[in-house]
Amino acid sequence: MTTVREGARALRGPARGLLAGALMVVFLAPFYLMLRNSLMDTQALTSPEWTWWPSTMHWENFTSLFSDPMVNMGQSLANSLLIAVITAPLSTLLASAAGFALARIPVPGRGVVLGLVLATLMIPGSATFVPTFVVVGALGGVNTLWGLIVPGLFNPFAVLLFRNFYLQLPRELEEAGRLDGLGWLGLYRRIALPSSGAMLASLGALAFIDSWNSFLWPLVIGQDPSAWTAQIALSTFLTAQTINLPGLFAGAVVTITPLVVMFLIAQRHIVEGIAHTGLKG
Amino acid sequence: MNATTHAVPRSEGAGRPADTPRGPARARRRRADLRSWGAFALLTAPMLIGLGVFKYIAIGWSFLLSLSEAQGTIALGDWVGLDNYRQLFGDAVFRNALSKIGLFTLFIVPITFAASLGLALLVHRIRRGRAVLRTAFLIPAAVSYVAASLLWKMSLFSGMPAGIANMIGGWFGMEAVPWLQGGDPPLYWIALVTVRLWLQVGFYMVLFLAGLQAIPKEIYEAAALDGATGLRLLRRITLPMLRNTSVAVLMLMFIAAFQAFDEFYNLFGGGMSGSGTAPVKTPMTYLHDTAMGAQNYGLGSAGSFVLTALIVGVTLVQGRITGFGKSEE
Repeated sequence: MTTVREGARALRGPARGLLAGALMVVFLAPFYLMLRNSLMDTQALTSPEWTWWPSTMHWENFTSLFSDPMVNMGQSLANSLLIAVITAPLSTLLASAAGFALARIPVPGRGVVLGLVLATLMIPGSATFVPTFVVVGALGGVNTLWGLIVPGLFNPFAVLLFRNFYLQLPRELEEAGRLDGLGWLGLYRRIALPSSGAMLASLGALAFIDSWNSFLWPLVIGQDPSAWTAQIALSTFLTAQTINLPGLFAGAVVTITPLVVMFLIAQRHIVEGIAHTGLKG
Repeated sequence: MNATTHAVPRSEGAGRPADTPRGPARARRRRADLRSWGAFALLTAPMLIGLGVFKYIAIGWSFLLSLSEAQGTIALGDWVGLDNYRQLFGDAVFRNALSKIGLFTLFIVPITFAASLGLALLVHRIRRGRAVLRTAFLIPAAVSYVAASLLWKMSLFSGMPAGIANMIGGWFGMEAVPWLQGGDPPLYWIALVTVRLWLQVGFYMVLFLAGLQAIPKEIYEAAALDGATGLRLLRRITLPMLRNTSVAVLMLMFIAAFQAFDEFYNLFGGGMSGSGTAPVKTPMTYLHDTAMGAQNYGLGSAGSFVLTALIVGVTLVQGRITGFGKSEE
């Protein structure tokens, strides 16, 4: 009886592998298509005759992105990079500091503060872009770098995750730090922060992805081409009336490459980050 | 060594040996309290100020705006009571946007749920090459909605005969179809659902994979001894053990679907195929057009509150029904 069942299972193994392989091809095909389209010329791209790969590579599709003032790709990419590079570490650090204080420092009124932070968890992120715009607009943040960055720095969800993490930090570590003469700030900086390296990396990687791919907020606040992000530049290119198709695909390749590379490098942290944030939510 | 570790728990907080008298205990505690307060305030202040300004003040102000006539201004003053809310629900475009996003959610949530759970089960059971598969399914999550919409609009589902969907259809003798224009039946739903599916399925798959890894192997072994196999194991053990993950995933999916904006904006936002006529506006697109386009911040604020209330309401009801949150506490 067991042999029959094991036989059936062994048969199903290769079928599973085949299915997985086929699905993998389907999931990766859009990347291939994007790259192929970005290297063709318009004529070959719109011809109903299928070609797997361009006979001559049109690298100028990429270089012209950076020389075309209408697309503004160079500055937009620089803006995106700057925003993400500031947002990812800063938002993660702010959340960890607040999380530590809420987990470890026993002061009266801590519960109220925690409640104020957790209450904002209920507010759906992008549905409230009008209120955020009202405030940032009143403070003069339209078309500014700070207007693009600052509202995205405060992540109550990350505060909750860090608080849960620091709650589980062994009391012995705290006492050892005390014996070394550390105060609360020292305990945070010397003991708590180093112990949460994995959390910092995984939430930081997620914050970087969110920042790089965000669209609605940069669309609202970066109205002038000098304040465009890469996604806005690409979208403006896409919705323009005259369209240079291969250039458009070259633009898409340029905007996704940094993240794809980061994904491949920081893979483990990203997977951990997703598992963290999703499960506790 | 032993002597000091004994002394530590007895001393008052700061870890000094108890036998060094340093004034009255109360004064010492007050000083420690003050120091704790200082550190607490310093560490939480940036977050509290940020949430205070960009959440609490923003929402409070916006609420007052929603009761004002605020056309082209964000100044308060011209009170109109509930007029904005009345206008909102009287607007057929907004009502249509609500029903469209409801329909979209009805499609996208179950499909993404089933697909990501299926992928997770598949990847989880494969022994060799698991990491490669996981990467392949997750990597689309690195792509922005803008870039993906571009590919979907200009290559996969372009109305031209050279579009991939039309080309494949052509092999089977189908005529070229303008996928993203209105049409009857409205074929743009296929593009809308597949683009989101491609972008998100890997993300949710990782959540399910984490859930699957948390199930103790012994449970399966015990069930296998009882002769349970295949589908029965799935129905009796795997799915019930994934309950918490499933509920969390469903909530995330619902909230994400209801706030959909990027792909609608980019798939239907004019451009070469002239598909700006496709009758798909989401509540977020409506808000964007009202607040950023027409600069009607009163009406835009009202819309923002209605949408927020809807999402919070459904989340609470869903939490009530599934008992989510209680088991976590």
